[in-house]
Amino acid sequence: MPSRTAATQAGTAAQGLLPTDVPISLIDADARACSDDDWKMPDELRLLKLYRGMVLGRRFDSQATALTKQGRLAVYPSARGQEASEIGAVLALRPHDWLFPTYRDSVAITARGVDPVEVLTLLRGSWHCGYDPYEHRVAPQCTPLATSALHAVGLAQAARMKGEDTVVLVMLGDGATSEGDTSEALNIAAVWNAPVVFFVQNNGYAISVPLAKQTAAPSLAHRGIGFGLPGLRVDGNDAAAVHACVSRAIERASAGGGPTLIESMTYRIEAHTNADDATRYRDQHEVEQWLARDPITRLRRYLLDRKLLDESKIDALDAEADTAAAQLRERMNADVPADPDELFKDVYAEPTTALRRQRAMIDAECRAGAA
Amino acid sequence: MTGLSAVPDGLTTMAKALNAGLRRTLEEDPKVVIMGEDVGKLGGVFRITDGLQKDFGEARVFDTPLAEAGIIGTAVGLAIRGYRPVCEIQFDGFVFPGFDQIVNQVGRMHNRSAGAVKLPITIRIPYGGGIGAIEHHSESPEAYFTHSPGLKVVTCATPSDAYWMIRQAVADDDPVIFFEPKRRYWSKGEVAAQPGPLYRARTVRPGRDLTVLAYGPMVGVALEVAEVAADEGRDLEVIDLRSLAPLDTDAVIESVRRTGHLVIVHEAQRTNGLGAEIAARVQEAAFYSLEAPLLRVTGYDTPYPPSRLEEEWLPNVDRILDAVDRSLAY
Ligand SMILES: Cc1ncc(C[n+]2csc(CCOP(=O)(O)OP(=O)(O)O)c2C)c(N)n1
Ligand SMILES: [Mg+2]
Repeated sequence: MPSRTAATQAGTAAQGLLPTDVPISLIDADARACSDDDWKMPDELRLLKLYRGMVLGRRFDSQATALTKQGRLAVYPSARGQEASEIGAVLALRPHDWLFPTYRDSVAITARGVDPVEVLTLLRGSWHCGYDPYEHRVAPQCTPLATSALHAVGLAQAARMKGEDTVVLVMLGDGATSEGDTSEALNIAAVWNAPVVFFVQNNGYAISVPLAKQTAAPSLAHRGIGFGLPGLRVDGNDAAAVHACVSRAIERASAGGGPTLIESMTYRIEAHTNADDATRYRDQHEVEQWLARDPITRLRRYLLDRKLLDESKIDALDAEADTAAAQLRERMNADVPADPDELFKDVYAEPTTALRRQRAMIDAECRAGAA
Repeated sequence: MTGLSAVPDGLTTMAKALNAGLRRTLEEDPKVVIMGEDVGKLGGVFRITDGLQKDFGEARVFDTPLAEAGIIGTAVGLAIRGYRPVCEIQFDGFVFPGFDQIVNQVGRMHNRSAGAVKLPITIRIPYGGGIGAIEHHSESPEAYFTHSPGLKVVTCATPSDAYWMIRQAVADDDPVIFFEPKRRYWSKGEVAAQPGPLYRARTVRPGRDLTVLAYGPMVGVALEVAEVAADEGRDLEVIDLRSLAPLDTDAVIESVRRTGHLVIVHEAQRTNGLGAEIAARVQEAAFYSLEAPLLRVTGYDTPYPPSRLEEEWLPNVDRILDAVDRSLAY
């Protein structure tokens, strides 16, 4: 039989690891401030930044969707409806922190300061990643689900070994939490006390599969306790709350407190990608309910009510977003030429003999073709 | 079981043929279950399992949590107790979380258990490029599996083979990796009234001057090459390999004994690809018939490129014709 002291110790260690019953929320769906003694509302400047980020993010997102229809992008997984999660989380990062995003997080990467054309390089089919990961400390967008969670833990550990104050934010979808890599990453991060924030955007679906088929846990945040890290659950359509949670998790990690798992409760308004047909598996009624919880409308109303925003500022920001979108559209309309030599670039630090030969073969064919 | 569905009639796409073949396996054997990501309501991202959950229920056609090791590993347990799981891997590049289960478990259980345990698992994998996708959606990983003992590996090139081969694969008591050339999903053809043997290559165009061996997505390209070559007065024989493991080289060896020339085509990267093994076997068996070195036209030894460059990377009619010229001019 386990001793009483052992049982007490386990009980003490478990404290603070479980999420609250109700998701953390600072601005409710009706744009009212919620009182929560544990969490502080971000200051005005922050709130305005969050609003701006979401407006620009949504305009970018709808422009990307339009570019897909025009054949300028191979595919686009929209983050419409998830702006509070994308922006609330990414704006909590400090310049020296790292972001590990997925294919769905183009909005977050853009908000991190990466050139939107470089962001869309993957989805345009120009290259697998269009930006230098070191420049903005943003890893390439992850497509094989959950693989990057482990990279994030390793990078966080490297920062500690080097004595740097770097925290790593890794984004995951609800579906990706079912992969073994996610469990391994949560476990290793907890054992190593690594400065990582696991940010799970629970948008209700993994393509067609609803969360109920993905997990039997009371919530995804409940998975934290089993690995020994705190799990938080936040209203993912409340930018203020997301921002507060991620900011605190970053502070905690930075102070040596170890990793945090955050489940951000949101919803994928669009189909999985432009290639998907969501009517096959979900009810439009469900989508409409979530449209009523729109994260941008919510924060706008909150800011308007407090006179932190007015119609002219709103219009100016919308105009700024339109200009950015027009610039993006124009730049994306230029064709990127295809040079077969690029195939052999950067496979190894130095090209191997075999690759040099294969490249020469193509050159010979091109010459033969031209002759 | 009442009312077995008929062989598809008239022109059918490969996707529909696979769907019809799977439907038939569900009808014929109550132990067949279909499992994977999005195979239920959605019918799979390529709609290969469209309507099957509706007609056979959630106990037989079900969405798993998103975990490839989980899909394959639980299929092993199901198979140990007599089920016949058909696992769908959503895209070629996502089989790797399940690779350990496939190579270390699926391929070896029969051997480990001294023949006591059979694992009649079919693992369907849409594979290959040419659909303009982003990274990890256009891979040709067949050689990893053909290199691993205990696994059978097949691939179809036509709707007819798709229909019959999936039925035969599911009925096999050994585990079968079933590669589906995704860019051919929408190509149409008629389904034959009777199947051919599953683990045999097939000569799809007889010819005298040179043999082209291809499989999966490349068979159609090889046939185009033969058309163009015919205009130039060259009579090419085209063989569809179909069975990658066991590797059926009888037809190609017999063919090369007649033509003396062989060009092997696959989309997968060149080095240690199937072409290497085929070349080795052909030169062992038909050395004195060879009139030229065996040539390979393959993907390059690079990661599959972004869609902007995939046409440059994929073996195409010109590259194969060039190899044909070089072989015949030797
Ligand atoms: C290892 C792996 N398996 C399968 C896929 C195919 N796939 C791409 S996205 C997706 C669903 C992911 O759902 P979720 O993690 O909830 O993220 P969301 O798309 O909702 O943002 C699947 C199954 C993949 N990319 N990687
Ligand atoms: Mg999701």
